[in-house]
Amino acid sequence: MPQWTLLGLLQGKQTAPWPLTQGTDGQAGFLGMPRYLPELCGGMSGKDCKVCADSCPTKAITMRAASAGGRLDVDYGRCVVCQLCTEACPTGAMATSSDWAFGVRARDDLVWKQDGTAAPAPHAETRAFRRSLHVRHVDAGSCNGCESELQALNNPFYNLHRLGIFFTASPRFADLLLVTGPVTQAMLGPLRATYDAMAEPRWVVAVGTCAVSGGIAEGGYACGHGLDGVLPVDVYLPGCPPNPAAIIQALLMFLERAPQRVRGGRLVE
Amino acid sequence: MTASPPATLHPAALKDAAINLLTSGGRMQMAYAWYRAPHELELRYVASLAGRAPFAVWRCDADGGVPSLANTWPLLGWYEREITDLFGLPFADHPQPQRLVLHEGANPVCPPFDPDYPADLPLRIESTTQTIPELGGDESDVQLLPFGPVRADVFESAEFLFFYVGEAILHYHPRLFFKHRGMEKRFEGLPPERGVVLAERVSGVGSLAHALAYCQAVEAAADCEVPPRARFLRVVLAELERLYNHLHYFGHLCHTTTLKVGEAEGKLLEERAKQLNTRLTGSRFLRSLLCLGGLRRDLAPKPWFAAELDALGGEFAAYARHMENTASHLDRLITTGKLDRRTAFDQGATGPVDRASGLDRDLRRDHPYAAYAELPPQVAVREEGDAHARAQVRMAEVEASIALIKRALDALPDGPLRADCTAPPNSDGLGWAETPRGTLFYAVHVGGDGKLARVKIKSPSFSNWRVFPFTVHDSNMMDYAINEASFGLTIAGCDR
Repeated sequence: MPQWTLLGLLQGKQTAPWPLTQGTDGQAGFLGMPRYLPELCGGMSGKDCKVCADSCPTKAITMRAASAGGRLDVDYGRCVVCQLCTEACPTGAMATSSDWAFGVRARDDLVWKQDGTAAPAPHAETRAFRRSLHVRHVDAGSCNGCESELQALNNPFYNLHRLGIFFTASPRFADLLLVTGPVTQAMLGPLRATYDAMAEPRWVVAVGTCAVSGGIAEGGYACGHGLDGVLPVDVYLPGCPPNPAAIIQALLMFLERAPQRVRGGRLVE
Repeated sequence: MTASPPATLHPAALKDAAINLLTSGGRMQMAYAWYRAPHELELRYVASLAGRAPFAVWRCDADGGVPSLANTWPLLGWYEREITDLFGLPFADHPQPQRLVLHEGANPVCPPFDPDYPADLPLRIESTTQTIPELGGDESDVQLLPFGPVRADVFESAEFLFFYVGEAILHYHPRLFFKHRGMEKRFEGLPPERGVVLAERVSGVGSLAHALAYCQAVEAAADCEVPPRARFLRVVLAELERLYNHLHYFGHLCHTTTLKVGEAEGKLLEERAKQLNTRLTGSRFLRSLLCLGGLRRDLAPKPWFAAELDALGGEFAAYARHMENTASHLDRLITTGKLDRRTAFDQGATGPVDRASGLDRDLRRDHPYAAYAELPPQVAVREEGDAHARAQVRMAEVEASIALIKRALDALPDGPLRADCTAPPNSDGLGWAETPRGTLFYAVHVGGDGKLARVKIKSPSFSNWRVFPFTVHDSNMMDYAINEASFGLTIAGCDR
């Protein structure tokens, strides 16, 4: 056993100083949500271009009615980060980016808007939970990508415990229900039962594009359309999957320990 | 890397063909159904033959009754039950005719893969009742522990039933398919190039392998030759996937044997590997890279990449040495969850699980794809069949993967990255990959309109979940979590 103690000591401190020190979040090189740059959109000049909308597998990009102004509706709550639009667009109006901190309180904030603002959503009263939040996770049919990143939260690099956020085994002890997956028909009952078993106050966070909107497998005979209409959602975090830093950022935002970085479908800082 | 053209069999000839396959040293791989035309259901069987010959494919008309082959090939039991649930085709004399993929309380208006099933009509789940195996003899001491589908910690959803007396498990029954998303049906009607993004999301930690097997299936249908540079880079990516998965495996295995520093070290190395993936490709899960005919963009590994890989390899070697020198860890693994060679073969074990039970088999060597013919991997085999052997196979594979990535980069040819790949109407193809968890097959049928008519996915965990209970019956509760971790199962790929 001393050999393990020595191994651990020799490794030194492996935990990222992030979010205290910016730029140490371990996501160097990460390709995040494509950025919509309407001024570059070639279709603006009267051409009938819709290659980005055609390339999108989840209808996150749709053509807008001419009267509504602008050409595209971009809903980041539906984006599975496949980067196909960035390859399809000939003018660079859908540009690759490293944007990943997409946790928001209101679903509407994931939809791109010209003026970049949406009415602020009411904040949950979480003051008493700021330094001790217990989270129950339910997998409602994910591909295991989100679980892989949730499991990474307790590796030495992210070390979620240091932030006073803990996963708990029983919904009875949980303050927050963290749901992944599009909600399959077979998981609908167990998911509702888990929520019902939680004591109030209780909140829900939808992690991953599947939980936000149904994602790539939405609909069909076995899948639902995410959490809307199933449970009241307090935080939406799209991503396919959202990386561990994005999950931490969303949880800290929920606790009002970090600002919401996305409004009207873009990073505002 | 192609399969043989399909041979047509009459249902009455199936049983003899199955027995011939067994006696001639072959092995059944999978079975699936598809609608050749509306209301014309066809069965397909895929088998490997002795001597690394191309895969054999049988096709068989399903009209007029089909016998179950599960008594000759027990592993086929699950495939047949899946076909019964999703296509409504019963198999005569099936030894376990219960529901599998659709739970007993599910009540579809007609089988979900039937062409008449209304699009986007959700399946009704009317109850959660289930038939529980009956116990013989004196039952008064036997207790039933139902565990799940929402389990402790961050885990995928599944329900496990333990029939136990004190510490001893008499019988174990996993109830899977809570996560069944109907993924195979989501492919239908898409143009083939649109299937890649979907395949990447069948099993998150197998994103690359799923995309690879899918692309190779369509490339086989289109008779498309992938350029050498793309084939070599596909090997690099496939081995990077093995690397981070195996590192995760050791972190989790140490968690179950309560080796705390070992757990932290394994998970830290996994995180390093994922961050390496990100710096090289932009994705922690190696997504958005493959396309039909090659790669979407070039990956030009910089000098730092080889240096990081070497550092990771060095740290893993020290970590593995520590694990192999820790008596408390080994005590929990040696003789735990023993899977004998015969059961592994009969029930269809795959990947490190069957290689740890003495079955010397690896698709990368036996049916090479991508650039594995030029870059043959070292295949590790153990005879013991216990949790320790399963861990040792993976240990050897981590080292072999790092060596293979370096060989592939050293020999990386220049040239184009992508060839044209259009599957003609009414074509089909079979693609496969040796994932970190074992064999993965994609069978792709392109319809008369050039769109996908049927995509069958055989994931490695579908095979290994079938095998796993045989190592749990008649074991004890304290070993259960260790044994499960030693199998390295995922549920998303199995449930689809």
